Amino acid sequence: MFAYYLDLALRSLKRNKALTALMVLAIALGIGASMTTLTVLHVLSGDPLPGKSAQLYYPQIDPQDLKGMMPGKEPPEQLTLVDGLNLLHAARADRQALMAGGSAPIDPGKADMDPFYVETRYTTTGFFPMFDAPFLFGHAWTAADDEAKARDVVIARSLNDKLFGGADSVGRTLRMAGVDWRIVGVLDQWRPNPHFYDLTTGSYAYAEQVFLPLQTMVELRLDRNGSSDCWGNGGGGVGNILPNDDCVWLQFWVQLDTPAKAAAYRDFLVHYSQEQKALGRFQRAPNVRLRNVMQWLDYKMVVPDDVRLQAGLAFGFLLVCLVNTVGLMLAKFMRRAAELGVRRALGASRRALFAQLLIESGVVGLVGGLGGLLLAMLGLWLVRQRPSDYAALAQLDTSMLFTTFALAVCATLLAGLLPAWRACQIAPALQLKSN
Amino acid sequence: MQIKPILSALRKHRLSTILIALEIALACAVLCNACFMISQRVSATHIDSGVDETSLATVQLTGYDSTQAPDVDARALAALRAVPGVQSVSLLNSIPFGSRRGTAGITTDAAGEHFGGVIEFYVGGPGSLQTLGAKLVAGRAPQMDDFHAFTGFMPDEGSVQITQALAEHLWPGADPLGKEFWVLKSHYRVVGVLKSLVRPDPTGWTPEQRQWSVFLPAQPGPYLTGSYLLRASPGDLPRVLRDALAALAKAVPEVVIDRENSHTLGELRHDVFKNDRAMAGMLVGVIAALLLVTSLGIVGLASFWVQQRRRQIGIRRAIGATRSDILHYFQTENFLIVTGGIVLGMVLAFAINLLLMQRYELPRLPLYYLPIGALVLWALGQLAVLGPALRAAAVPPVVATRSV
Repeated sequence: MFAYYLDLALRSLKRNKALTALMVLAIALGIGASMTTLTVLHVLSGDPLPGKSAQLYYPQIDPQDLKGMMPGKEPPEQLTLVDGLNLLHAARADRQALMAGGSAPIDPGKADMDPFYVETRYTTTGFFPMFDAPFLFGHAWTAADDEAKARDVVIARSLNDKLFGGADSVGRTLRMAGVDWRIVGVLDQWRPNPHFYDLTTGSYAYAEQVFLPLQTMVELRLDRNGSSDCWGNGGGGVGNILPNDDCVWLQFWVQLDTPAKAAAYRDFLVHYSQEQKALGRFQRAPNVRLRNVMQWLDYKMVVPDDVRLQAGLAFGFLLVCLVNTVGLMLAKFMRRAAELGVRRALGASRRALFAQLLIESGVVGLVGGLGGLLLAMLGLWLVRQRPSDYAALAQLDTSMLFTTFALAVCATLLAGLLPAWRACQIAPALQLKSN
Repeated sequence: MQIKPILSALRKHRLSTILIALEIALACAVLCNACFMISQRVSATHIDSGVDETSLATVQLTGYDSTQAPDVDARALAALRAVPGVQSVSLLNSIPFGSRRGTAGITTDAAGEHFGGVIEFYVGGPGSLQTLGAKLVAGRAPQMDDFHAFTGFMPDEGSVQITQALAEHLWPGADPLGKEFWVLKSHYRVVGVLKSLVRPDPTGWTPEQRQWSVFLPAQPGPYLTGSYLLRASPGDLPRVLRDALAALAKAVPEVVIDRENSHTLGELRHDVFKNDRAMAGMLVGVIAALLLVTSLGIVGLASFWVQQRRRQIGIRRAIGATRSDILHYFQTENFLIVTGGIVLGMVLAFAINLLLMQRYELPRLPLYYLPIGALVLWALGQLAVLGPALRAAAVPPVVATRSV
């Protein structure tokens, strides 16, 4: 029966090419626009570390003084150096890393290459295993190196390619910020998007090329990027003066493998805050948060407003296209009232007629979906030509490919419901008589 | 033209009529809001910077220790002043549409209770306000003894020039001269009012906040270094900038010239608004596609109606209706449906605007967008229906006598 209905649908669509083309065009335009924006939205709100992100948490505590305190207010979004080191050394999580971003000039030591700046990440050794950063050569520095303020660096593959032509550079020396560093590891291509572990340096398409121990940076006073928030006697944070202990400027991430551990860690944060209050360092009642990666990205609203706005606009447009299709489909089905009347008179049930008409709209949806897919590819290509920092990420993946077709067929079937139902209401006798 | 028979005919096609009206309504709502957003974006790109952009360029140096700053600045300034065509050079931490180095939250009382907003401090060395060309509307320009040496983020105190927009925000209706404000413990007194001075990063702020800037005089030193503002005649500027960069490479070979951020202010402005231009372009595309789809929908449905009513048209023609009667019938019918859609669309447009106001801090949709949107849709409807209506008018009276 399905094959016969399909045949009927194709015949009917062929009979009125202009109207069919109009419907297909409307669906294709609507689907193309919405899939383009939906793909951008999907890419930008994606999970930076699939499979791992649920176990990574971002602890927040409140070390501020009493000025401006309000119940229910969020604690600061970063940590002070002293709290960060306390939590790091407490080592209550499965893994932990304290970090900040910065930049430093590299002297390539070659006549044909000018000195240049690279983005740097100052962190502790837990960073690499916790975030599953893949090593091409060598390995991370050790916890002992952290404490010894070692002059060790891990560099990114792109920098390794640029300076050493892609060779294994472990053990070689990197001249950076006027200091000689020993390269202990080279990371393979690794760029989690969004740049979840530090959103203060930009949410997308940001990649550090040099990683080095945080405590070495504190000792050498290397340049720092990102934001710092101060209160009370807060200050510093300019040039080579570090922000003082009344300023938050560090990010701290922990890995907690089970929900029970996460609950225990939250208790630990409350306990830590109470302890610091008893010591007189904290003035406020414990105010802690423990969000995992996706909750943190959600809280920070990393997806740009423009992208949401575009998606909303595109769906508005799809709605117009669908209403348009409903109208055209209605016209098409009603024009065939006579034919449908004959089929009814010959014994076809309303249900059979309904199925036949829906198959016809499904075919329109499928063809429209195909057109929409092509338009979405064109749209994404256009997005990639745009100047925003996330432009290069706009690529169609398989899941979005299937979503495109599902959306197109569902939308057209939905659009076909009303006209098909209306056409099935026709009294067969009336149609037969009028001819 | 009689409207009553048209209305009763439409009642026979209730569903199709409602669908077209609905489509028009949605199109109207999206059209008004999209146009409004375009105008917002475009007006944002035309923001008044308050400075002589066409005559200004900046050069940025990095990669040296703060202890070297006096030496590097001395050599760099000497080299820049020697470039032919340079009218003046001064040190300025933040650059309009460029580097941002002085963003801080202020309070209007010493205790830090009354938050005044997050503003931009342009910390500048002697002569930098004149180099910028910012226009003073009240009070005085900085004097020689206003420029204090400092360590840290910026001077702890000073006599400052603030923009009119910021003055109006902090002390509405009052004379800002002599007023004070604080950043934590640092204390500043207003001695002058600037007509306008845009923030380095206007796109991240609401239209009102884009002019919240302060000029704070300071002596060059370890923390006001390496960020130069150059002034030259507009036609000569690109050449002067090229020569300046070449001169610096010779004068201070040990430091890094930040070429990515060393541009004319015109180029920087162009870069700052590239996202807004892209968004406006996309909105124009959506509007075009929307109007296309809507008009095609009208064409499709009107053609169907004409075909369906061939016999009736023939009868009307046979009993005396002229071609223009038939033409006007379809045109009036379209006008009525579109009008219904527009009425609904205006309500929808305001509903969407309210939603956008809540979520994206968009201002209220000005009322004049509605009549313009209505005119556009009426014109679109008439244009779309013209083809089918002409075909209807061409139906010969003889059709009435044929059975099918």
